This record gives sequence, C-alpha cells and structure tokens, in this order.
Amino acid sequence: MQSLLKKPQNPKYSQRMSHTLYCRCAYAQVISGPVKNARLEQLCASGEEFEAVPDLCEMAATRDPRLAELARRDDLRIIACHPRAVKGLFTQAGCPLPPTAEIVNMHESPSAS
Amino acid sequence: MPAIASEIATLLDSGNAVTVSADSYRARHTGNTPPAAGASTTATRSWKPWFPVIDYDRCTNCMQCLSFCLFDVYNVDENSLIQVRNQENCKTNCPACSRVCPEVAIMFPKYSGSPINGEPVNASDLSREKMKVNVSSLLGGDIYSTLRNRSDQAKSRFSTERSADKALAERKRCLDKLQRDGFIPAEVLAEIDLTNLPSPEEIQRRAAAASAKAQAALAANAAK
Ligand code: SF4
Ligand code: SF4
Repeated sequence: MQSLLKKPQNPKYSQRMSHTLYCRCAYAQVISGPVKNARLEQLCASGEEFEAVPDLCEMAATRDPRLAELARRDDLRIIACHPRAVKGLFTQAGCPLPPTAEIVNMHESPSAS
Repeated sequence: MPAIASEIATLLDSGNAVTVSADSYRARHTGNTPPAAGASTTATRSWKPWFPVIDYDRCTNCMQCLSFCLFDVYNVDENSLIQVRNQENCKTNCPACSRVCPEVAIMFPKYSGSPINGEPVNASDLSREKMKVNVSSLLGGDIYSTLRNRSDQAKSRFSTERSADKALAERKRCLDKLQRDGFIPAEVLAEIDLTNLPSPEEIQRRAAAASAKAQAALAANAAK
C-alpha cells in the first residue's frame, strides 16, 4: 500500500549533504522512545530528505534488497544503534557498508542514559 | 511531538518504511504481517528480529558457535566460513551462543548488555572470556560428551521410568541449574515450553550433526 501525504515546506530546507537512513528499532525497546522521537523530530525539522525504516535488524534478516542499494552509496549516514552492530548487520545481509558510511549511535544520544 | 514527526513515527511503528522529501512523505508497508487495527506494534509481529550477528573483524572461524547451537542457526558457506543462516530458528532473547564465542564476536543488537549489543569490546570483556571455560566445565568440559552422558543417563532413566511428570521435573531441574549458573537468561527460561523440549535423543542427534558440520569446516579450512 502506498500513501502520499503533504508535509509543510520547511524554510530551513538546506542542500542535502548525505543520504540519511533512520532506524526506528520498532520491534524492541533497545533505544528509548524519547531518544528515537527526538532524533525523528530533529530530522523532520531539518528539512533534509531522509529515509526511515521500522527495523534494520529485520531488513538484514530478510536480506531486504534495499540494504544493498543503500550500501552502494558513498554518502550514507545511518541513525541507529552501535556501529559495530550496524556494520555487522549489513555484512551479514551480504552488502558490507563502505568505509565512508557514517553511523550515528542513538545509544549515545544525550538523553539516552 | 510535532504532528509530522508523530505521523511518521506511527507509520514506522506499524511496519511502514517512510521516504521523507522536502515537502511530502511516502509510506510503504514492509512488515511480514499487516498491522491489525488498533494493535500495538509488537503485537502485530510474528517474529521479533532476534538473531546473532557476527563481527567478522573479530571472528577467527573457530566453529565453536556452530558446534554449540542445537537449532541449526549457524552454517558455513562454500568457503567454509561461518555464517548465520537460519535466523528464525534462534530462541528469542537467548544470547547463549555469544557466551561460547572465545573472541566476543557474536552480537545480538537487541540485547541490553555490553558488548553483546555491539558496544566496543574492551579488555575486561576479553578477560571475562575465562567465564566461558567455566561454562564449558559446567557442562563437563566438553559440551558434547556432557550432552551424550546426559542423554545416556536420560535414556536409562526413561526406559525404567515412564512417568512424563518425572521427566518434566528432571528437565526443569536441569534448566534451573543452567539458569542459576547464568547460562540461560531467566526470561528465556520462562518462555521455554518445557512440555515441548526436544527429547534427549533428539538433542544428541542435533549435537552430533552440528559437531560434524563444524569438524568438516575446520578440516576444510586446515587443508587450505
Ligand atoms: S539496527 Fe539497532 S536500532 Fe536498528 S533495529 Fe537493529 S537493534 Fe534496533
Ligand atoms: S565462536 Fe566466535 S570466533 Fe568462533 S566461529 Fe563463531 S563467531 Fe567466529
């Protein structure tokens, strides 16, 4: 099912520098709700284009072909959990991340503790 | 929470991937079960994505994990390299195999504790590996011979005593011991259906199959 919803134009919209992937970690309480929400709000407010997925672990387990497409990019920024785990997930899915991939660890968000 | 972020969060929590552009967003359902109306996110899923993830920067391909797991989660590829293959066979919330890896190379990203959750491995984590020796000695030094012994004892016990209740009590006792020794997390134990555990013979068969696979892979690697 596809849906297209209108998002208000953000005057702060800036030139996109990277392709951002936000992981919601939807099927576990690994990252607290407030931390995940704060990151999502930040992304929405930035006006930057981004891609949000329910659960990167699930995508790796099912070898979602989107992971391979993402891993081919050299401007990838992933907002998820520990970088060692995220790298391992991509490798295990058969599409290792390029060394240029930046991983933002939501466990290290100021409000994560 | 601003309305847009809240809408996107709701979409994500019900299994949709969302592509957000400057002035719109597009959702695509990705979960393997459609969300039921009004149901919470976790309630809509048939399988929590819980499975081991190997850190190949640390892994030495020693095959301990393959030998240990009785649920066929691990296998080797055509180059005899360890792989996680049958993720869905993994027992949700059980990180037991991460504790047999001598290199601390097995992660469960959804586990709460470090370094199993993927946090960097530090010196004290490595020294805790000595704990694994204890785990192994807990099982008699050799997991397989222990399983075999347990199986032989169980066989003779079951042949003389057919009481299902007694067999169940024995399994509970064994599992309680493993849990007390920190080998199986309490919450995992609570989830195990004790009436539906593999028989001792089945455990032995699985252990032998896993061991044979590991031995073959080790031999292939040694011959390289
Ligand atoms: S990659 Fe990390 S943040 Fe994303 S679903 Fe897996 S455990 Fe959660
Ligand atoms: S036990 Fe650890 S080091 Fe050995 S093969 Fe498995 S993941 Fe690699």
